[in-house]
Amino acid sequence: MEMGFRWDFAYEILPQMLWATLNTIIAAGVGYAIALVVGLFFLLGQRTPSKIVNVINRELVEFIRSTPLLIQLFFVYFVLPQFGIKLSAWLCGMITIGLHFGTYLSEVYRGALEGVSKTQWEACRALNFSTVYTYRRIVLPQAFPIAIPGMGNYLVGIFKDTPLLSTIGVAELFHAATAVGGYNYRYLEPYTMVGIIFLTLSIPAAMWVRNLEKRVNVAQGKVKQ
Amino acid sequence: MSYFAFLTEHGPTLLLGTVTTIKVLVCSAILYVIISMIFGLMRLSKNPAIQGIATVYIEFFRGTSLLVQLFWVYYVLPFFGLSLEAFVAGVVALGMNFGAYGAEIVRAGILAVPKGQWEAAHALNFSPTKRIKRIIIPQIFPIILPPAANLTVELLKATALVALVTVVDLTFEAKQINSITWLSAQCFGTALLIYYIMARFALVPFLRWLEVVAARKVGR
Repeated sequence: MEMGFRWDFAYEILPQMLWATLNTIIAAGVGYAIALVVGLFFLLGQRTPSKIVNVINRELVEFIRSTPLLIQLFFVYFVLPQFGIKLSAWLCGMITIGLHFGTYLSEVYRGALEGVSKTQWEACRALNFSTVYTYRRIVLPQAFPIAIPGMGNYLVGIFKDTPLLSTIGVAELFHAATAVGGYNYRYLEPYTMVGIIFLTLSIPAAMWVRNLEKRVNVAQGKVKQ
Repeated sequence: MSYFAFLTEHGPTLLLGTVTTIKVLVCSAILYVIISMIFGLMRLSKNPAIQGIATVYIEFFRGTSLLVQLFWVYYVLPFFGLSLEAFVAGVVALGMNFGAYGAEIVRAGILAVPKGQWEAAHALNFSPTKRIKRIIIPQIFPIILPPAANLTVELLKATALVALVTVVDLTFEAKQINSITWLSAQCFGTALLIYYIMARFALVPFLRWLEVVAARKVGR
């Protein structure tokens, strides 16, 4: 077998890899969208007055957060069909990622809401604003900027966890690389290219998040410009 | 098959896998702590070359996926004449990946030590090495342990990935049993429970205890 990096082979498989990258981006985007919504539901569970709901919600979040995403994927993918629910690998993957990262995002939301000063609530109470109005016009506009960095970090996090989807057969970038590698008995180029593609996408994204964080801090008056 | 029968038949196998998972966790935790310390300090070096190396290392490992790094170490390094055993490859990949995240925690911890401590050590004519070793490092532990504890729980979860490079750990055993018996709910459910128990009732209390000890050491 030829040693060293074969550029011609890398060039040959490039189109295939780029197509698969598109799937990775779609998976990350859809998974993130689901996670954003799921996070809201966990947040609601946390803030309802019912103690029982609070406890169940907290334990559920704790359970999902402290078990590996990989086994959760297997669980959803293999167990649901036993109960007669047949979902595609894509759908299973998206649901699992959404659920897993939803727990993390609910913590981000919670932190952001708690970051809004209590006096804001008291002021709204004094002005006789309704709860809905208080959330919509006073609390959420202030909480959102606090949540942005955390939300951005988990977008990058989800993007980096999408290769796990290949284990249940979702045809994303890593899956394509493994397939190409197995077909040609060469793993050097495909896996190296996956690494490079990830770097070229996630480093700018991470920089963008960091920049956003800085701007949010400035806008909130935490640091001087 | 009842769940009890499942446990008596396959429980021992899963426990054997759990032992491997714990081994992977301990080895990679030691490796990641060492790497975090080294690169965290390098990141604060005044020498641009040393700082540059640390920055590239951290950005590289944080910018790519752990699974990709793991497969790269296991399947691609042999191309360069370096064949690692699956267990070693898993530990190395986990240690290097989490070391990059840990280095940032260490860096932030060192920066959080009050400036007066540096100045006092300087005023007492401590050598730079002694300053770091005797004054700064002992003080960073109470600061870095809470975020490091989160990272270590993430590490426990990430050890599941080594099953994909044929390390026979808990995840691997669960997959294996699943492919023989097709009792997916039982075997993956049990594996999830074991991971949960390890994280919630062993690892987290241990890390909390470390935090208390570290805080006491600096007199808080």
